[in-house]
Order: sequence, then C-alpha cells, then structure tokens
Amino acid sequence: MADKAQSSPFARPNSYVGRTLSRTGAKRAVAGRGRYTDDFTLPRMLHAAFIRSPFAHARIVSIDTAEAKRPPGVALVMTGAEVAAMCTGPWVGTLTCFPGMKSAPQYPMAVGRACWVGEPVALVLAETRAEAEDAAEHVKIEWRELPAATEKATALEAGTAVIHPELGDNLAFRKTIDTGGVEAAFAAADLVVEDTFDFGRHTGVSLEPRSLLASYDQGTGKLTITTSSQCPHMIQRVFAQTLGLPDHMVQIIAPDVGGSFGLKIHTYGDEVAACAAAIRLGRPVKFIADRLESFVSDIHARENRVKARMAVSKSGEIQAFDIDVLSGAGAYSQYPRTSVFEANQILNITGGPYRHRHFKARATVVYLNKPPTSQYRAVGHPIGNSVGEHLVDRAAAALGIDPVEIRRRNVMPDDGYPTVTASGIKLKDLSHQRCIAALVERMNYAELRREQARLRATGIHRGIGIACFIKGTSPGPEGYYGTGGAPISLQDACTIKLEPNGGILCAVGVTEQGQGTDTIMGQIAAATLGVPMESVRVISGDTDAVPYGGGTFGSRAAAIGGEAVLQAARALREEVLSIAGVLLQAEPSALDIVDGIVIDRASEAKRMPLAEIGRIGHFQLGELPGSVQPVLSHTRRFRLVEDLYIFTNGIHGAYVEVDTDTGFVRLLKHWVVEDCGRVINPQLADEQVRGGCVQGLGGALYEHCLYDDAGQLTNGSMADYLVPMAAEMPDIEVVHVETPSSVSELGAKGVGESGTGAAPAVVMNAINDALLPFGARVTAQPITPESILVALGKI
Amino acid sequence: MTDAETMEIALTVNGERVSRTVLVRRHLVDFLRIDLGLTGSHLGCEHGVCGACSVRLDGVVVRGCLLLAVQADGCDVVTIEGLDQSGEVADLQQTFVARNALQCGFCTPGMLMTAAELLADPQPKTREEIRTFLSGNYCRCTGYHAIVDAVATTLDERVKRGGGHG
Repeated sequence: MADKAQSSPFARPNSYVGRTLSRTGAKRAVAGRGRYTDDFTLPRMLHAAFIRSPFAHARIVSIDTAEAKRPPGVALVMTGAEVAAMCTGPWVGTLTCFPGMKSAPQYPMAVGRACWVGEPVALVLAETRAEAEDAAEHVKIEWRELPAATEKATALEAGTAVIHPELGDNLAFRKTIDTGGVEAAFAAADLVVEDTFDFGRHTGVSLEPRSLLASYDQGTGKLTITTSSQCPHMIQRVFAQTLGLPDHMVQIIAPDVGGSFGLKIHTYGDEVAACAAAIRLGRPVKFIADRLESFVSDIHARENRVKARMAVSKSGEIQAFDIDVLSGAGAYSQYPRTSVFEANQILNITGGPYRHRHFKARATVVYLNKPPTSQYRAVGHPIGNSVGEHLVDRAAAALGIDPVEIRRRNVMPDDGYPTVTASGIKLKDLSHQRCIAALVERMNYAELRREQARLRATGIHRGIGIACFIKGTSPGPEGYYGTGGAPISLQDACTIKLEPNGGILCAVGVTEQGQGTDTIMGQIAAATLGVPMESVRVISGDTDAVPYGGGTFGSRAAAIGGEAVLQAARALREEVLSIAGVLLQAEPSALDIVDGIVIDRASEAKRMPLAEIGRIGHFQLGELPGSVQPVLSHTRRFRLVEDLYIFTNGIHGAYVEVDTDTGFVRLLKHWVVEDCGRVINPQLADEQVRGGCVQGLGGALYEHCLYDDAGQLTNGSMADYLVPMAAEMPDIEVVHVETPSSVSELGAKGVGESGTGAAPAVVMNAINDALLPFGARVTAQPITPESILVALGKI
Repeated sequence: MTDAETMEIALTVNGERVSRTVLVRRHLVDFLRIDLGLTGSHLGCEHGVCGACSVRLDGVVVRGCLLLAVQADGCDVVTIEGLDQSGEVADLQQTFVARNALQCGFCTPGMLMTAAELLADPQPKTREEIRTFLSGNYCRCTGYHAIVDAVATTLDERVKRGGGHG
C-alpha cells in the first residue's frame, strides 16, 4: 500500500526513529521530583510489617498475636492462616508447557509450616512502620524446627529431607534434549574439552525495594494498588483471582519504578497479604520491603551447577555439546512464571551462536529450603553463555587457534537464516559475522594482543576475553507462558488518540522503569504520525488507562509494544488523512502529515494543522458529511505469530588485569557489539547495554547469596552482599549492528538484557586468558580473589 | 539524655526555618520525607551503604538514614529539592538529562548530592578519581559510565570557566 511505504516511520526525513532524544521523565528525577510508591500517602493509611520465618524449615506449632495487638496504633495482626482464609485457594507454580513439572500449593504467607528463612508468617498493621515493627516483636510463635534441604547436590538423595512430602521428592522438573549422534561425535572427536561450572545464587537488589500501597473502596468493591511493578495487568489478574475479586474491579498503578530487572514481574505473598489486610480493614495499607527483608523475600536466581563438554575437530570445528544442568530452586516454584525457566533457557542457548548439529542436554531442577528463584535479567543466558564460551576458548587454546578465529570458523553465517540451533530453537535475522568484524576493529584486537604480550614479559598479567552470544527476547504466545497457561498476556497494545488541540495521547501496555520505554514509544508514534515529539504524551503503568498488555519483561517493550504503537499510529494517521481529504476535497493519498500539519504531498504546501482536524472531529462535527463518523482513537495489538522468541545476537570483548599475588581483578575495558535490530534511540539503547553489562559483571565477580548448612543467609545486607560500585567498573564501548527483525515492520528486537547475558562469560574468559600461562583457570562465579589464588595454587 | 520519646527541634531545611516535635528515634531522612514531605531523598538500604538518602548537613554530605532527626537540631540541611531550587548544580542536572546519566532515577538525588561536593571546588580529575569519589552511591541501572561522563563533562566546563557553581 502506497501510504504504508511513505509513512514508514524510519524512511521519512528527520525521523524520530533512530535519533537520540532525552527521556521525558529525566528532568523530574534530577530535581528530586520522581514519584515512587513510597512517596504516596492516603488518609488513614496503615503500614505493614511482616514477621518472617527465622528457620529454613520449621513447623508453626502456635502463633499468639494477643500481645502484639495491644499497643496503641496497632490496627490488626494477621496470621498466614487468616490471610489464606481470604484467598480463593493456593497458587501452584507449574505450567503445562513443562511436562512432569511439580510444585506444592502455596499461600501468600506460611500456613502451619515455613519453608525458607524469610517466608512471611504474620503481618502487623499499625499507624507507622516503626509501631508495626515494634508490635511484630510481640507476636509469639512457637516453632518446631524440621530438617532442611539446602544443598542442590544432595537434594534428591535418600537422606535429605523432602520439603513437600506430597510431591514424593525434591524434584521440580527434569528435561532432556538429545539430537542423537552425540556419543558418536564425542567418540570420533579430535579433541574433547570439559569442565564443571558453578554459578552462585544472587538477587536483584533494585535500589527501590518492592513497594505497594493498597486501598479498597468498600462502597464500590474496587481495589486500587499502587505498586512498583513491571507488569500491571499480570498483577491485576493474579491478585484479583487470589483475593476473589473480578479483574475489572482491581486497578494497578505503577508510578515511577526504582529499578526492577525482572524481580518486579513476580507475585509476592507479602504483597497479596497487604492487600488482604486493606480489604479486611477498609483502610489503605502500605508495604515497603526494607533492605534486609528484600534479601530473603525477593526472588533469587542463577544457582546452577553445569557439567559440560564439547567435541571439536583439529581444525577447530565445533561438533557437539553435552551439558548437564543442576538448578537449585527455592522451596516453591514461583507462581505464575515458575522456577524452571533458567534451567530451560540454559538448555536452549548454550552453544547457540554455533553451527554444530549434535546436542545433548539435561536439566534437573530441585527444591531447596531457600527463597524461590525465578526470572531475573537475562534468565539463563549468563550461565549458558559462560559455559559455551569457556569451552570454545579451551578448545582454541588446546588447538593453538586464536579465540576470535575459532569463533569465525563456527558461528552461523549471516546469510544462513532462518535456521534452527542444534538445541531446537528457531533463529532469524542474526549477524554474528558482522558483529565479530566490528568488535575486532573497535577493540583493536591485534594491538591489544601485542600489548598483552609486552606486559606479560614485565610480569603484568592481562587477559583478553571474547564471547559471542544469542539472547532470546519478546516471548510469544505460542511458547511458554501462553500455551503453558500463565495469566500473562504476550501480545501488547497501544491506544492512540487525537485530542482537540492536535495533541496525541498514546497509551501503551508496556511499562517504564527508567529504560526509556515511554520516550521510545513517543518517538515511534510521532515518527509514524508525522507530528512533533512535544505533541505526544505517552501513558503507561495504569490498568485503568492503558489497553491490556503484558508489561515489560524479556526485552519485549520495544519489539512488541513498539510495533503496536506503530500500527495504532498508522491507523490514526489514515483516519486523519481521510478526514482531511473530505474537508480539503483531496485524495487522502495526495496528502501527508509533517510536523503536525496536513500538507499536500506533491507541492508540500501546508493545508491544515492537526488541531483543525481535532477541533472539527470533536466539536464542529457539522462540518463533516453524515457518512463520516470520526473515531480519532485507535487500538492495535501485536504478537509473535509463529516464533517462541525473537533472538538477538552480539559479541562482547573484555580486557582485564589479574594481580597474581592478591587475586584481584581490574576491569580495564569492556566492548559490546550487539544487534538489537532497528535502534529507536541510540543513546537509550547504549545505556541499556551498559547497565546490563554491569549487572552481569556484578554476578560474575561479586554477588552471591551465601547460605550456611542450616539454610541461613549469612550475608543478607548491603554491607556484606557486594554489588558493583563505580570504582570497580570499566568504561564500556557499545556498537550496534542493525539487522531489523523480519517479524515486524518496526524491526526492533530488544536490548535490555544483552549486556547481562554475556558479560559474565566474557569476563570469565578474560580472567582465564590472563591465567593461561599458569595452567590455571576459574569456572565458578562469582570469581573471587580467593578463587583465583586457589586456581593459581597459592592458597 | 532523658527518657522522653519526643523532642522539639528547630533547623533550617533548604533555607527555610523549620521546627517540629519529633520522635527521638526518627531518622533524619524519615523526618525529611514524612514530616516535611520532601520525598526526593530516598531510602535504599537504611544501613548507610547505598547513598540514596544522601543530604547535606552543615555543608557536608551525610547519610540521612544514619542520623537521627534530633541530631540535626540547629543545623542547616540541604536536600535535593534545595539543591535544585538554588541552581547550584543546574549544569550537572542538565548534563545528567542530556547524557542519560540516570534511568530509574532512584539513586539520582544522592548521586547529584555527592557529585555536587566534587564540583564545588572544581579541580581537574581523572575518570578513575571521579569513579572513586562516587563509589559510595549505588546505581543498579546505568553501570556508572554515563554518570562518570556527565560529572566529567560538568567538571571540565567548570574548570575551564574557573568557577564553582552552575
């Protein structure tokens, strides 16, 4: 269709798509005028404080709340059983897309038994948080401690306590992939490299903790929840179902969200309990997790041990992978997204950049008496990429092939798509070869190698890391959540409206957490319509105001939400041109919209501002013939039709220095070349990559939830749990290779997780490159100075 | 010390004289947020590590979560709202926006408060020195690179201009 090509938002001159524009919310934030959940107060608001289990596994013999209810200011104390009585039933965190998966029923708070340190057991509502915490100390709980399962390696052994006896054992899920021919490939291989890898459990540590303010209108029966969430509609559905309310009587508002990274896409029992209390009392209830309870109640991630081997020919051709994944989940599978995605994704993506055809993989997910694990930025990818890329480097070293060269020889060719990996996932529109070439040039690879050799001679041990990656983004409805039965919408939508003044309101189901979603949605809308950015306002994060959508997770906002905006804006553009055609007695196809003004396409003469269409379309309808009934509001949806995911790809480079006396690692420089498809706002895309990298580097080098044998978290504070700070982090150069996705017109693929997904792999490779002459290597993350000294045989 | 649970305090906050009766156990940042409605200072950890609650007390940047409101009696407190109104870091704020040196914005008030201290007496600094100076402020979103860029750009301009304030 002619107008389609001409209205392509990226083909137009001076398009907003592909341009760096500042974020709309940034000015408020630098003035200290951001509005986060804790900044809202309501009349007669109460504060919730939770009593949490001090034991990894214990029976609740009795709870006595009488004393706690006594102090002035305390409005209510509720036990897990009392909250459960207000629920329609327990959750079970399984999805039918994971055959054989099992999980125990779970209520918002522990009923009769607690299964991890930090599980909510009772809550106190009081006038102030301090009073609630004071009263919480007077809730008397008699506990009988039970044996706990805290080690994934022994979770399935006969002597280990079974957390949920009704499940029979601690097995959550097992999955195997086998292409066949794997044993033969290994038997015939010139070289087999193998190792065992450990990935420590860590957690999200968003600077703003989980936060919620619930208020229930007893007159209308409407529950309004202001909460720091990435997925308002999912929260609406799950909370409504759990509390026995109709979906449409629950409104979720996500105001400014102070960081999320996946930890705020989940359902947390304490938040449901706070809502139950608000309903019970008819008073607003605020719950702000404090940092110490965040460490034991936010989802955890990454706890995996992977045994892996790779078969290679003398010429460096990768022939087969064989991996065995043991994943330590928490005491329950997280509802509704489950706790098995990480292991599943490791199976999907390990060795994903390469052409080998033989692949065998097994994942075993076991329950432990620890906080539930679930999706956290770049689910599974840091692990799968670290394993695969380490083995590729090991093969390169053994065969005397340069790490870049061995990757060149094995990556899928840029002209070889669509294709399917040996693990069975479909890939389209990728660009490994171009990305490798761009990285080599940008990091000045040959010179860096020369510098490394020069310094090596002087006793300075630097390492260069290379790591290719693929990253699954934008999950489609044919895949896991959709067919698996999760109440999570995998389409997304945009409703776009022309206001009387010519202004545009653009309401989207995807959400903003600071990455710039609102800004890029505005850019797409403005570019598609042909209006100035200033005339577009984007609305997100309010289920009463936006069309139904999945929210932001899995790097889906640009790819899915962005395409919905494009299509909705095009529909509005077509209507505006059609009304203008009637008013101007012109063919709509002879008209265009530029800078908010309808122009004659051929002469570029200005004919009519959009404000005139708005005025007539809303007020002076008599100027239009009766056959024209303006709508001026259009909704479009977009979903993936046949793909499980959109995949992105790229390559990281890292330059590090290892002090072989102390084991300390200095990160000198980091490079990322990535292909997120069409780049909508280059600066925002760069910053997603940079922030993602540092989150990955945190996991690779510092972050670790350390548990003792009794299931106690021993470093649950920010003084003890290390996160990356400015001084330790490197500068990060980012290059984009753009291969637009063929599944949408916009062609965006998603950028939010590409940094996190491969940064751990590249830094581990760089450290091992530095250690290579010593015959030492590290394969456990976080890579601590101690682990390096152990590898070097110094301690 | 008396056993009283409350105490009268009088202080200056962002140039305004303020007096209140406060619980003696109330933290300075809770006082600012709850009693005065100055919600720009944020609570990230409440144990002095993350820096989100950084405010200026008698000219020095402190953790608002490690001080009690009563300790600020008679003091001069500046929060991000005051820093914004005074225009002291207008150049830095502008550069933060232009360089996208913030994402979720939760750390930003504390980050600006700390950076303001570095910029007050503009001396040339390396990127490493800037990184070290900012190392008491946790940011989960940006990876710090853009923040270092923004502070370095602002510092360079101030050094060139030979002046302190923006």
